[in-house]
Formats: sequence, C-alpha cells, structure tokens
Amino acid sequence: MSSLLRIILQRLGLGLVTLFVVSIVIFVAVNLLPGDFAEAILGQGATPESVAKIREDLGLDQPLIVRYFEWLMGMLTFDLGTSFAQLNFANFGGAGSVTVAEQIAPRLSNTMFLATVTACIAVPLAVTLGILAALYRNTAFDKAANMFTLSSISSPEFFMAYILILFLAVLNPIFPSLSNIFDGMPFSERLEKSMLPALTLTLVVTAHMMRMTRAAIINLLASPYIEMARLKGLSPMRVIVKHALPNALAPIINVIALNLAYLITGVVVVEVVFVYPGIGQLFVDSVKIRDIPVVQACCLIFAAAYILLNLTADILSIVSNPRLRHPK
Amino acid sequence: MSGLMIFAALLVALFVGAYVFRFAGQTATGNAPRFRDMTFGVAFGYVLAAALFIWAIYYYFQPKVLDTGVPNAGVVFFRWAVQGFIIAAIAAFLFRLLGRMVGTEGTKKLFRSMPLTAAFGILVIIIYAVVAVFAGAIAPYGQAEILGAANVMAGGDPAIGGNPDYPLGTDQIGRDILSRLIYGAQNTVGIAFITTCLAFFIGGSLGFLAATLQGWLDQLLSRGVDVLMAIPSLIFALLLMTIASVWANELGVPLTIFMVLIIAVIDSTRVYRLARAVGLNIVVMDYIEAAKLRGEGLGYLVFKEILPNAMAPLLAEFGLRFCFVFLTIAALSFLGVGIQPPLADWGTMVRDLAPFINFAAFAPTAAVAPLLAAGAIALLTVAVNFVVDWMLHKSSGLKE
Repeated sequence: MSSLLRIILQRLGLGLVTLFVVSIVIFVAVNLLPGDFAEAILGQGATPESVAKIREDLGLDQPLIVRYFEWLMGMLTFDLGTSFAQLNFANFGGAGSVTVAEQIAPRLSNTMFLATVTACIAVPLAVTLGILAALYRNTAFDKAANMFTLSSISSPEFFMAYILILFLAVLNPIFPSLSNIFDGMPFSERLEKSMLPALTLTLVVTAHMMRMTRAAIINLLASPYIEMARLKGLSPMRVIVKHALPNALAPIINVIALNLAYLITGVVVVEVVFVYPGIGQLFVDSVKIRDIPVVQACCLIFAAAYILLNLTADILSIVSNPRLRHPK
Repeated sequence: MSGLMIFAALLVALFVGAYVFRFAGQTATGNAPRFRDMTFGVAFGYVLAAALFIWAIYYYFQPKVLDTGVPNAGVVFFRWAVQGFIIAAIAAFLFRLLGRMVGTEGTKKLFRSMPLTAAFGILVIIIYAVVAVFAGAIAPYGQAEILGAANVMAGGDPAIGGNPDYPLGTDQIGRDILSRLIYGAQNTVGIAFITTCLAFFIGGSLGFLAATLQGWLDQLLSRGVDVLMAIPSLIFALLLMTIASVWANELGVPLTIFMVLIIAVIDSTRVYRLARAVGLNIVVMDYIEAAKLRGEGLGYLVFKEILPNAMAPLLAEFGLRFCFVFLTIAALSFLGVGIQPPLADWGTMVRDLAPFINFAAFAPTAAVAPLLAAGAIALLTVAVNFVVDWMLHKSSGLKE
C-alpha cells in the first residue's frame, strides 16, 4: 500500500510542477503583447500622464519576474485582480469595481452544475449502451450505434446544439432554448433551463465513452476465463456484466475522467450557443474585448481543471490495475 | 405528467409485444433454434425496431401542411432527412459500383472490400475537393458581393419572401448564401488543410529529429510538448488569438495568418508525440545503422530513411488531425475570433444565420441556411472519420 501512496504522491507532485510551468507559459504569452495593458485600457484616449498613472497603479512598472510572482501569489489567495472591462465603469480601485474573483466565482459554479448534470446523464447512458453494443456486437444494433456515435463524435458541437434547438425547442417546445440562469432559481427550473446544453454535451461525450466501453469489453472476450464462463452455460449478459466488466473498468474509468475534463473545458462553444452564464461564456467575451486579467485567470482555471482530471484518470487507472501498481 | 404516462404505457406495450413476438415465433416455426434461443433483449430489439420503422413510415406520409394552413415543419424536416439519407446511400452504392468497374486492378480490389460508409466518405471528400478548387467557377456570385435584397428566404418561393435568383436566399446584408457556402469550402477546408500540413511539417520533423538525436534535445522538446499539451487546446488557441489580435493590428498582418500558425503549433504537439514514438521504433533498425555507417547526414536519415517507413501511421493520423484542426477553426470562427470577414466561412455563417432557426416552425426553409453551413462542416468530418475508421480497421486486421 505504501508503494501505491508513493506513486500517487509522485503523480500529484508532477501535476503541481506542470501547473506551475503552465502558469509561466500563460503569463509570458500574455506579456508578449506589444505596448502594455495601460494603453489597452485607455484605448484612443491615452495621454502619457494617464498611462503612467495606470502603469503605476497596476504595478506595471515593476520588472516581469516580480509581477509574475505577485500574480501567482494573488492566484493562490483567490485575489485575481481587477477586470479591465469593469475598470472603465467603476472608479479604478474604488469600492465600485468588480474583482475578477467576484466575476468568476458564480460562473464557475454554473459551469460545474452543467458538467454535473451532463455527467449524471452521460455516464450511465454510455456504459449501458457500451455493454449492449458489446453484447450484440456485429448486429444491426451495433452497426447503427457505431455509425451514430462516429457521426456525433465528428460533428461540431454547435451543429448538435442547433439540431437539438430545432427539434426540442422550436418545433416541439419542450425545453427553453435560452438558458438564462440566475442565483436563487428553484432547482427544478434551473435543471429545466440547463437541459438542452446538458443534452448537447451528452451527445458529444457519450459517443466516445460508449465506444471505449465496447472496445474494452470486447478486448477481454477472447480470454480463457471468459471462455470458461461461457462453457459453464452462463447467459451472455451475465458473462459480460459479472466477468468481463470488472476487468474492463480501468480503461472505462480512464475515458470517463478524460471526458469529464473535456466537459469542463469544452463547454465554451455550447455555453455560447445557449447563452449559458458559465465560465466558458465569460472567457469568450473577455477574449473578444481583450480583458487580459480575466482571460489569464480563466485560462489558468481551465488548465488546472484539465490537469486535475487527467491526474485523477491516471491515479484511478493505477489503483484499479494491480499490474501498473508494481512496475518492473 | 401525461407525457410520462404515455411513455410508460408504450414501454409496457413494447415489452408485451416482445414476449408475444418470441412466443409466436416459437409456436409458428415449431421451436426453431433461432426463436428457441432468442433472449428477451433480442426480441425486444426486433419489436422496438419494427415499431420505430412503422412510426417513421406513418410520420413520413403525414400532410406537409396542417389544416390551419401552418406548415407541419417536423414532417418537412423528417422528409428531407430521409430523402437525404436515401440519396446518400444510393450515391455511395453507385460510386462503389463504379469503383469496382473502372480503374486498375489494385483500386478495383480496394473497392470490392470497401464498406458502404467508407465509399460514402471517399465520395464526399472528392466532391468537397472539387468544389473547393473550382469554387470561383461554380459559385453564381462573389463571396463578398452585396446584392440587391437582404434576408431573402431560401427555397426561391416569392410567396414567402424567396427569390428564384438566390436559391438558398441571402444573408442579413444581402450576400448570396449559396455562393458563400461554395466559397466556404475553399476558405474553411483550404485553411484547415494548410494548417494541418504545417502542423505535420513542424511536429513530424521535430519528432523524427528527437527520435534520431535523442539526448538533451529530445528531453527539451518532449517536456515542452508535455507542458503545451497540459493546456486544453481550444482554450490555449483562444488565449493566443487574443494576443495575436493585438499583434495583427500592430503589424497590419491578417489575423487569419496568425490563426493558421497558432493552431499549427498547438496541433504539432500531438503530431510530435506520434512521430517520435514511431521514429523511436525505426531508428533501432539495422538499415538506419547501415545508413549511419555510410556517413549519411541528418537530413538524409530523417527524410529518406525514417519518413518513408513511418508513412502509414502518419497518414491515418493526418486524417484525424485534419478533422480536429477543421473543427477547431470552425469553433473559433463560430466564436467570432477565427477566419475574419469578408472571407466566407462556415463557422461564421452558422453564427450569423443561427437566429433564423427560431422561425422554423412557421417557415421550415428559414432554418435551411444555418443548418446547411453547420451540416457542411459535420459532413466532411464524418466522411473523413468513416474513411480513417475503415483504413485503421483494414490495417489492424481486427475482425471483432
């Protein structure tokens, strides 16, 4: 067990190092910009005096390395700075200005909600369909499922989203096509409003998970112990669920974790289509108006979520596979 | 609540139907093995498929226009979908038939073992390539040409605001949608193709270089790639596009060129991984040793010895990578930071025309333009995936 703990700690350390380097990459990339933030904030009306004032206020006159560590420290204490877009409206640094953290926090929880709803629908659906496809492999059902999943993997998210809007919101008004969610909304209404984006994401991720489940199970079907189970006269369903599935869990868990990582980062397009007030929407809006502090913070959050889930996938597959636990 | 009740009732009916079907089969055939050994799941599947089939036929022949004079949009779309599917299947079948008759012995053999999906994929890719190359000759109008009327409906029916001159209508500032779709093939597919080639050039040569030289260069490149791959690609692309948009303003270079470079670099990390892995297996071969002893240079080793032997996996990866690049560009354009106007591009068209979908219930043709643009993207990636799937299946020799 101690070797397992050591491997997990090793992976965690590696993940932290990666995150640190990623933060450097993001910071350096943003600071490669010609001119500087002060000019970007002031735009056309920049005078040398006002530029110098803002540079001083934002600490832009400090050397790059000092600024990087200040930014990193801020990130660690959830002080993500002040958004440029809010600067224009509020008194700079005054009571009225909205910090990036205040902007991001509610949207992050909205995105997490959407991802959770999607996962609750997609994971059971994908595993069930994958088992069925493995059970009835090479039949019409399997071929139809294969064609359907291949098509839905390769279609852009917005195509799926608009098809769903067309059929479930415009032609048969079952769900609303705009997900205007706000705080204090009752749970059922919130669920109903985020149903279409969740279904779109489900379509996108289910295909991948289902194909992986099917492949993982079919891989095992040639092994002698499955042959034995068959010869004992067990039903095909029982052979797959009781004998093949537990041994196929490692790759399945892995692909589920990877798809959850995709859910948190890949929601950008879907959130834009449904005007869902999540972090992806905020990110795209900030990209368009070049609101650098928000872009930087969102980017780091996405990267952290991505690294964390990949790490989880890694660790879970080691835990569930004894052969990986004892490397030669 | 009544919807749930109906659903439950249907489910019960299907269960009963499945049981009856199996029992009837058993008695009618005198307990033939086919029915005797049929599990309940299989019987349920048959009954479900039959029920869906009957419902589809019933729905297909519903009237196009309701008694109240409102078009029955669901039926219209369903008919289009079914007709499109049948036409695609027939076209793929005829194409495969043609491939079996014409051509050299090698291609004939290839077509004989080809599944219909792969034939469909190849046909679609050929059509896209032709449209992209000859877009200027095929398109009735220019891509940025602003014509007389804006917001002309698709379908060419003057009664609901169409115009036979513009079969797919015009957009909100009066550009012909059909022409823009055709030019979109040139711009979107062309730019994606260039980007993929660039990504393969960068990733492939660096990967082979790392595999050949190894040592500190390999370590440096591999760790760098690890870091870049830890950032989700669409997010990283958006971040870099923000920065590039400032640079593009400063230098007066079109943003599209920056986009090509950024996506090529991001995607080259994935190519690098593959090229290095494949290259590592090749550099231990004897003929590489022989070439080294002959005193061949690095360029000869990489391009004349390693590259030809790594071609097969790289080609399959090229198809998949093209799909990713194509979808990334479409997504960036859809979000408004990709290919910039006045160039016609499918992602931008979807975003601009999307509000028309809300009118589909009254006028089904209104939703055609945005869905065609999005569908054009989907169709190409699906086609490439079908072909790659078949190639991988063929080369791996997997049967189950």
